[in-house]
Amino acid sequence: MHPSEKSVPLVDIRGIHKRFGHNEVLKGVDLQVNRSEVISIIGKSGSGKSTLLRCINGLEAFDKGQIVVGGQPVQVADPTALRMLRQKVGMIFQQFNLFPSMTAGENIMLAPRLVHHRARKECEELARRLLTRVGLDGKFDAAPHELSGGQQQRVAIARALAMEPEVLLCDEMTSALDPELVGEVLQVIEQLARDGATLLIVTHEMAFARKVSDRVIFMHHGRVHEIGSAQEIFENPRTPELRSFLSFPARPADGEM
Amino acid sequence: MISFSTWDILRNLLFSLPWTLALSVIAFIGGGVVALLLLMLRLARRNLFERPVAAYVQLFQGTPLLMQLFLVYFGLALAGFETSPMTAAALCFTLYASAYLTETWRGCVEAIPKGQWEASACLALTFGQQLRHVILPQALRLSVPPTVGLVVQIIKNTSLATVVGFVELTRTGQMIANATFQPFTVYGLVALFYFALCFPCSMLGSWLEKRTRIQH
Amino acid sequence: MLDFSSVLAAWPIFLEGLAVTVVLTVVTCTLGTLLGTACAWCRVHGPRAARVIVACYVEFFRNTPFIVQIFFIYFGLPAIGLRFASFPAAIVALTINLGAYACEIIRAGIESTPRGQLEAAQCLGLGRWHTFARVVLPPALSRVWPGLTSQLIIIMLATAVCSLISTAELSYVTNRIAAQTFRQFESYIIVTLLYLALSIGFRRLLQWLGPRFFFGCAPAGAGR
Repeated sequence: MHPSEKSVPLVDIRGIHKRFGHNEVLKGVDLQVNRSEVISIIGKSGSGKSTLLRCINGLEAFDKGQIVVGGQPVQVADPTALRMLRQKVGMIFQQFNLFPSMTAGENIMLAPRLVHHRARKECEELARRLLTRVGLDGKFDAAPHELSGGQQQRVAIARALAMEPEVLLCDEMTSALDPELVGEVLQVIEQLARDGATLLIVTHEMAFARKVSDRVIFMHHGRVHEIGSAQEIFENPRTPELRSFLSFPARPADGEM
Repeated sequence: MISFSTWDILRNLLFSLPWTLALSVIAFIGGGVVALLLLMLRLARRNLFERPVAAYVQLFQGTPLLMQLFLVYFGLALAGFETSPMTAAALCFTLYASAYLTETWRGCVEAIPKGQWEASACLALTFGQQLRHVILPQALRLSVPPTVGLVVQIIKNTSLATVVGFVELTRTGQMIANATFQPFTVYGLVALFYFALCFPCSMLGSWLEKRTRIQH
Repeated sequence: MLDFSSVLAAWPIFLEGLAVTVVLTVVTCTLGTLLGTACAWCRVHGPRAARVIVACYVEFFRNTPFIVQIFFIYFGLPAIGLRFASFPAAIVALTINLGAYACEIIRAGIESTPRGQLEAAQCLGLGRWHTFARVVLPPALSRVWPGLTSQLIIIMLATAVCSLISTAELSYVTNRIAAQTFRQFESYIIVTLLYLALSIGFRRLLQWLGPRFFFGCAPAGAGR
């Protein structure tokens, strides 16, 4: 979990502004993500965390600024460019979004077959390997509605990994899970981090973020309010907003206006 | 051969419209009364009436209306009643409409959460009071959009009454088409007449359905 | 007094009519559902001009009676040079009629696709066709299957109306038997029971067919 020493960031976000109607959700966000870095994004609801993530893979169009992934700028208006981008950037959703008419294995095999045009047998082996990797050995033929929430989310992770993305975006992936199922999903992500994946994780699981991240970003009112290593952020938050968010007692200096 | 102008055709078709409407109204009102009765029976004495009413509904929903018309027409004759096309058609459509209406309304009542029944029972209301004050008002609101759809269905299906000789819009169209040798124009106009009757009702039904959905 | 003997003796003729009804039903249901799916796709994803045309087609055929439609096709179209024999006319009329209803039913299924499904498909890089055919359509069909099944049964029962343009299906042969035996009531009772059996059997068949072939592993009815 050491920050890579590559000079060109894998994801380069500069000056992103985004508004929904009259509501400006992102007010100028800058962030550089290096290869093999794990970055957690924390903040209150409405601070723009998920919106930022969704701008990176083109699910939301941003109004101003630039995002460059792996040397290619994100062009939301160009469907072909978006499809190329999405082969490099994978996404895990809060609601899993597994395809209900396909088994777990078929969910994983679908994109490699249709987008990468790989042979069926090769995709099947890949799917089985990935299912084992996320701890779901033997669930190849299970229908999504037969699986628990935690199992479904792990299948979703395997599905994203099948495309061998360079970056994995995780959008509150445990928020829709019952508490006892959260651990199994976090374990899988931890292992991915150990294996050197580049991860951007929006999460409310503070202990997990602290354990797995190289850097943590605290977002507040649409901006990167504080950024630092996991240790700096969680042990020594500087701004009063972050201290309040992490339930630290207010410092005497903060109380004065 | 007398030549007919389009206006002549239109005029004759227009005169037959009231018959289509009359049959539709009789079917809806008569069918509605029977449907309500069947619904009450089904709700009040579920074990006794569930099977017979379900069979009744299945009979009318699982057989062609054409055959139902023939059966009523020849059945009435066999039973010794004097059958005019009007009687046969009115009776058959009343029964046909009642089957569809009762099934739809039953669906609306069943869509009401069980909690409503339980809460009203716990307040010591009788069955009749439960229906009148709690269940039916809610079911009524839910039932308006699909009932409007059934009204459209009834209007369209009155066109089959032609096979028992009842002279409504379609039968008139047949007669005019045979007299004028202009089936393209005549049937085209007949279609437009039905469209003018049914399309506004369909639009009303869609609008009502959207409103009901928004309220929920 | 009811006498079924002469009517029952004509069972081979009933069988002939039944065969024609079955063929009509199978061909029309297949073609009509395909047409309906194409129209539903058009109404959701197609260009504006196509959407308007399909909307007009759907509204017109859903708000006019089937008997008038088939009379127009069989008796009226020859005036502009389109002449159909009765069996092809029946197929055309039934298909176009079913297409309009199926379009609306399937469109409701397509439009109730949760947005997350589309986003997931996009994020995996799937193109429009693959997204529609593999991700959207099977669960949509599973959601609307009860409604679609009912509509297909209505079409099967509507084949009876084709007897009015002399298509030799079940109702037509029954009319002949009734005329020959002078036992109208008995004939119609027999054939009504036959139709009842057909509709029950057809519904069972469709309920088995859907999950097996069209839904993938999504559960029938209210699947997510």
